[in-house]
Amino acid sequence: MTKGSVLRGLIAKELDDLIIGSMGIVSFLSFFIGAVVALQTALNLNNPLIPKSLVAYAARQSIILEFAPTFISIIMAGKVGSYITSSIGSMNVTEQIDALEVMGINSLNYLIFPKIVAMLFYPFVIAISMFLGILGAYTAAVMGGFVPPDIFVQGLQEDFIPFHLFYAFIKTFLFAFILATVPAYHGYYMKGGALEVGQASTTSFVWTSVVIIITNYAVTQLLLS
Amino acid sequence: MIEVENLHKAFDGEEILKGINYTFEKSKTSLIIGGSGSGKSVLLKCMLGLLTPEKGTIKYDGKPYSEFTEDEKKDLSKQIGMIFQGGALFDSMTVEENVMFPLRMFTHKKKKKENMERVREVLKRVNLEGSEKKLPSEISGGMQKRVSIARAIVNRPKYLFCDEPNSGLDPKTATVIDKLIQEITHEYDITTIIITHDMNSVLEIGEKIAFLKDGVLVWKGDKSQIFQTDDEAVTDFVYSSNLFQKVREAQQKGL
Repeated sequence: MTKGSVLRGLIAKELDDLIIGSMGIVSFLSFFIGAVVALQTALNLNNPLIPKSLVAYAARQSIILEFAPTFISIIMAGKVGSYITSSIGSMNVTEQIDALEVMGINSLNYLIFPKIVAMLFYPFVIAISMFLGILGAYTAAVMGGFVPPDIFVQGLQEDFIPFHLFYAFIKTFLFAFILATVPAYHGYYMKGGALEVGQASTTSFVWTSVVIIITNYAVTQLLLS
Repeated sequence: MIEVENLHKAFDGEEILKGINYTFEKSKTSLIIGGSGSGKSVLLKCMLGLLTPEKGTIKYDGKPYSEFTEDEKKDLSKQIGMIFQGGALFDSMTVEENVMFPLRMFTHKKKKKENMERVREVLKRVNLEGSEKKLPSEISGGMQKRVSIARAIVNRPKYLFCDEPNSGLDPKTATVIDKLIQEITHEYDITTIIITHDMNSVLEIGEKIAFLKDGVLVWKGDKSQIFQTDDEAVTDFVYSSNLFQKVREAQQKGL
């Protein structure tokens, strides 16, 4: 087993690399895609019988149910997943993993466990993504003059089902586990040299995305149908 | 001292080690030499416990490794230093952190000051003072090897394993590394096992030599005997380089 104090340091480092390091891109994407969702909905509402509050309602539903948990996770499969595969893969080809084993250190415990623990904080990233997505939608809809502010807020509150948040965070936890383990597997068990590290990163991104999409389907089927 | 008795190891039915018997003596640099695919690395990995042999015994100071309890295995790993072919330094850590790593993993946090002193002591021993804060990518290949040596000896090991420690180095730096390993072996009174196919290393530090061919130990001796043997496999290997070939021809001509 890895020493507790060392493990705490490793978890803190992974939190910085995997969670804090992802906040910038997640915030940027969430805000602008939320804004685009609102814009597209507003621009396609030509029927005067359809209430303007639908813009907020549609943005809220799409952001909470799919955009924040699923699509941000696919993007994270590229960012976090590639980082995990390439960092572990590089250690593998340069015998650093062998060096850990020779020193009597459980390399799986040392390299992968801190990443899994750090990814337990991933739902916070998704919560921020949801908030910023809706903020982006509000900014685009209200500042663009498509929906009055009070109507937008009213739309946000319309037919809100708290269970949808529970569903979103349940799948976020599953995605977090997938994001930590599938790329780690591809990095740890790869063989070859530098070229193969690149190939392993690509394969890891593909498989992480596939597993996320299938899990998303299964969880949706189980919890919402 | 490490004793290897009747060691067999196979992969997918193909026997790589075919009954190796050898004793690696304390305070001596023992070289395992042989061509590519002769089983040197497999033998080393078996001794390190990274591979499990099908048959045979490996004894550390008289006790078979198979009889070690988990705690004893853990203790043994603390007594082993390893110098990898490519150095295997941790990229994200500085020179100082790399050398500190085994101490940090196995000693109490309160001993930080003592550990730091020990790190400085070994870095001084391998002539790396002033490079403590540099990353492995910022130092030369020879310096990386010296960091690797420092990391291997920081825990005061009883056994030092070296996998082609001077590969990729220029001849002068390779000699410096060879001599450093030999000096450390005598200074710390440790059992050193070196895998190499570099004949310069054999001449420089080959206090004990084991020659492997196709998984069989075909010759053993020391550096003074290796040029006198009639064993065809050994002479083929030794004189495969042009330089040694010419030396041999000159010797035969009485020059």
